[in-house]
Amino acid sequence: MKVSFSVNGAELSGDVEPRTLLVDFLRNDLGLTGTHVGCDTSQCGACVVHLDGRSIKSCTLLAVQAEGMQVTTIEGLADGDALHPMQAAFREEHGLQCGFCTPGMIMSAIDLLQNNAAPTEKEIRDWLEGNLCRCTGYQNIVKSIQTNAKSQ
Amino acid sequence: MYQFDYQAPDSLEAALAALRENDEAKIVAGGMTLLPTMKLRLARPEALIDINRIGSLAGVTEKNRAIVIGAMTRHADVAASKLVRDRIPGLADLAETIGDPQVRNRGTIGGSVANNDPAADYPAGLVGLGATVVTDRREIAADDFFTDMFETALEADEIITAVHFPIPKRAAYMKFPNPASRYAIVGVMVAETHDGIRVAVTGAAPCVFRVTAMEDALKKDFTPDAIAPIAVDGAEFNEDIHASAEYRAHLVNVMARRAVAAVG
Repeated sequence: MKVSFSVNGAELSGDVEPRTLLVDFLRNDLGLTGTHVGCDTSQCGACVVHLDGRSIKSCTLLAVQAEGMQVTTIEGLADGDALHPMQAAFREEHGLQCGFCTPGMIMSAIDLLQNNAAPTEKEIRDWLEGNLCRCTGYQNIVKSIQTNAKSQ
Repeated sequence: MYQFDYQAPDSLEAALAALRENDEAKIVAGGMTLLPTMKLRLARPEALIDINRIGSLAGVTEKNRAIVIGAMTRHADVAASKLVRDRIPGLADLAETIGDPQVRNRGTIGGSVANNDPAADYPAGLVGLGATVVTDRREIAADDFFTDMFETALEADEIITAVHFPIPKRAAYMKFPNPASRYAIVGVMVAETHDGIRVAVTGAAPCVFRVTAMEDALKKDFTPDAIAPIAVDGAEFNEDIHASAEYRAHLVNVMARRAVAAVG
């Protein structure tokens, strides 16, 4: 069935089966492989994207459900060569180890600061409930988010 | 996931008509349970009727000393609602403990209530606060709504439109969450409503239930100590890798006491 929505500011349309997950559409049809599939059971958060500005897990949304909406992925954050401040903070603080969870962490963290511009460390850790880092590199991830929050 | 037909009507009438047309169709609200269940092929509906486009089903209002929450209101929006936070803080707290932020951004109160997962939080919230489930055709008291594990009083072609929470004098929800999923291993809502004291438990048994012995004790003396000696019978309780039935029975008392203490 036909679906059209905006991805990173560009209006796109495509023909998908209703059962196609948003994450599969992004990765397989649009080639936006920055959004990862980790657990595929809405636990790990590697697939977090923004849907109309709110963070959601794209492995648990059908592509057809995004009809008419705005999807933002990790590829949509940087402005040319200039990283998004959250991406820059993750680089500055080395907020990653293997990097697999990083796109989801960054998308989730941006939504946190939209809701709470100056979160405490506990609020950051609570918010990251739905983002797993199997390298257990949370310390620097939290630090990255704090650095970004302070610079705002 | 098996193939299915999909439609997203923009009115309740159209959704009801679509549901009447196909016995094998399912309503999808937030999809936080249904989609994972379909991925695992534990559910294979012929068609999905997506009610996310029906704008009139979402939102929080105050009406006749009650808070009315539209069925498609997301958990995050209940948690962030100033009205809910102000009138029934225990309910805002409950919504804030569901899943994780991304699940709360999609999951809805109507979907959670219709699913009646034995470990979901909202069933305890509804029964504990003496809420009423409003559907396209009638109103059902929470006490009569949740009938058994994953079973409710809903007809096959009936859609929840809102949940109506009478504003209590005071209420609090305490849960012992599963550390991975944040589902309730045991969750207890304690409320002093205008019709009396209610204690409702989720997670422990196949379906939400009230502990009338605790309600009676709290009526005489609203303190954690008053219910400390009241043990619940865990013979029929859930048992899994996370907790034995005996442990769950123990947790009911602990969470109930904590909720009473939090109510103050």
